[in-house]
Amino acid sequence: MSTAHNESFDIFAKGLWRENPVFVMLLGMCPVLAVSNSVINALAMGLATLFVLVSSSTLVSLLRHVIPKQVRIATYIVIIATFVTIVDYALQAISLEVYLALGAFIQLIVVNCIILGRAEAFASKNGPVQAILDALGMGVGFTFALLCLGGVRELLGNGSLLGVDVFGPHFEPWAVMILPPGGFFVLGAWLLLFAALKARSERRTIEKDGPHVG
Amino acid sequence: MSDDSLSFIFLNACIINNFVLSTFLGICPFLGVSGKYETASRMGLAVMFVMLVSSMCAYVINALLLALGMEYLRLICYIAVIASAVQLVEMVLKKFSPALFRALGIFLPLITTNCAILGLALFQTFKGYNFLQCVAYALGAGSGFTLALVIMSGLREQLALHDVPGIAKGAGLTLMVAGILSLAFMGFAGLGT
Repeated sequence: MSTAHNESFDIFAKGLWRENPVFVMLLGMCPVLAVSNSVINALAMGLATLFVLVSSSTLVSLLRHVIPKQVRIATYIVIIATFVTIVDYALQAISLEVYLALGAFIQLIVVNCIILGRAEAFASKNGPVQAILDALGMGVGFTFALLCLGGVRELLGNGSLLGVDVFGPHFEPWAVMILPPGGFFVLGAWLLLFAALKARSERRTIEKDGPHVG
Repeated sequence: MSDDSLSFIFLNACIINNFVLSTFLGICPFLGVSGKYETASRMGLAVMFVMLVSSMCAYVINALLLALGMEYLRLICYIAVIASAVQLVEMVLKKFSPALFRALGIFLPLITTNCAILGLALFQTFKGYNFLQCVAYALGAGSGFTLALVIMSGLREQLALHDVPGIAKGAGLTLMVAGILSLAFMGFAGLGT
């Protein structure tokens, strides 16, 4: 019982950190860079992607014995496009302001490689429960990455967080951070930071294990 | 130059609002295929061709859907058109130029999930371009994509020869370089809309 529980938790947790779609696998970069100029946009985009990811993974997993092998990619794309159309209309009804800020990028969720990648690599081979857990993990990991970028870019580029002023009136915003180059710089900086952390922890393990081996 | 003249639309899509560096479309191939100059330029040409075909198809389909009052099917139709356009290009190339077909290899089917293509189809619909403007827009976007890819591959070929710190090897450094390149293209901002 407990191993089964651990296993399903592992399916969920690997998307959060170890196989984070953005920071580790470098998938779905276009929306990450384009809509992460403020926290609210990043959150809306992350949740929209999460919804499409979970629903399409569930459907693909349920239909995995019905879909013929030869036309599977086309079928997945149609399933994904259907859910994206639902999100597109729903978001328009919920908050027109956010919808206009995100622009075409809501509809471009269709070609987000994470979703098709999970459908092909995981949902088409596993049952619906695992597929939902996997999709949830990946979706939350994607949202986390978007928030990491959105937070830094809004803080530096606008001096605010979620629209609330943080640094007071004397702060000169780094306008470049909310412009396109800022997206590249911040994502690059995060990747460098993670690479440095990883290198450090590897060096520590070697130092710790070194004497025993020698 | 007025805002909707063909040459302005071309320049706007190619340089001022470069698809890769200003609107963040097609980042995946931009980071993945820009390692070598030759693959980068071939990939650019293939994308440009698919863009042209799918942009013309998307224009016709949009007119048809508007006439039938079924705009909600737009997204599904576009993605189906792009997938078939890629398939078509694949078959034509295989028949008439097997050498180029082999050289492009896996990149050709991957163009289907390149968001620059769907983005182009969606943007031209939002902007309400007519047929000729769509063609100019597709050509501009395609050459802009090729331009960004070729410049980037040149930079990365140079970078590969230099000694960089261990942690900066790989995606982190590539993104920093892309940021500087994007900063350079920001110089054109304000020329257009």
